[in-house]
Amino acid sequence: MDIKILGPGCSKCEQTAKIVNEAVAETGVDAKIEKVTGVMEIAGYGVFGTPAVVVDGEVKCVGKIPKKDDVKAWLKK
Amino acid sequence: MTESCCASGGNIMILACSGGSNVGQLSNQTAVELTREGFGKMFCLAGIGGMISGFVQSAWDTENMVVLDGCPVGCAKAILEQAKVPMKNYLVITELGIEKNKNFSLKAEDIAKVKTAVFNTCGVKPAGLSPLPLKTGTCCG
Repeated sequence: MDIKILGPGCSKCEQTAKIVNEAVAETGVDAKIEKVTGVMEIAGYGVFGTPAVVVDGEVKCVGKIPKKDDVKAWLKK
Repeated sequence: MTESCCASGGNIMILACSGGSNVGQLSNQTAVELTREGFGKMFCLAGIGGMISGFVQSAWDTENMVVLDGCPVGCAKAILEQAKVPMKNYLVITELGIEKNKNFSLKAEDIAKVKTAVFNTCGVKPAGLSPLPLKTGTCCG
């Protein structure tokens, strides 16, 4: 599974990364997590704001810190 | 850690039909000017229509939006309905008394009229261009 966390690096982006890492660890899913910080690369996903989370190419949330349970649900699919 | 990464022109998502008529282009020009003036940020309705996940999810997750259709055909509204995006503020430009035609020489007074309608729809005073009272850092949730 390929997970990308979009955001140049504010506290909310860091909090999102922490939650995603915890969700992956707790579910035991084999996932590669990558932080995407470049503005142009982030723009390529068409998101209105950051942080945003992309799972296997699909944007799952935009402009807010996701709930851990939501992240776990994305990992199950 | 970057402190300004979430800075933006405002968190109001502005979606315009941008259609092929004077009123469609009025929706577009109004969205452009409101973005320049800091009221909100114009966003790509075509991306939502194309069901590209970043655009659709952004529309889902935005706290506030205004949707501008030029005429009662309602293409912008239809796109959001198709993408199952809940619409928050909506206006149709022909309902402001502006007749639909193919004259693309837009009048400043018409643009001003649409802006005023946007302010009213969003609950902002027409005299001011400042956005709604926003929570700090809303673009990041």
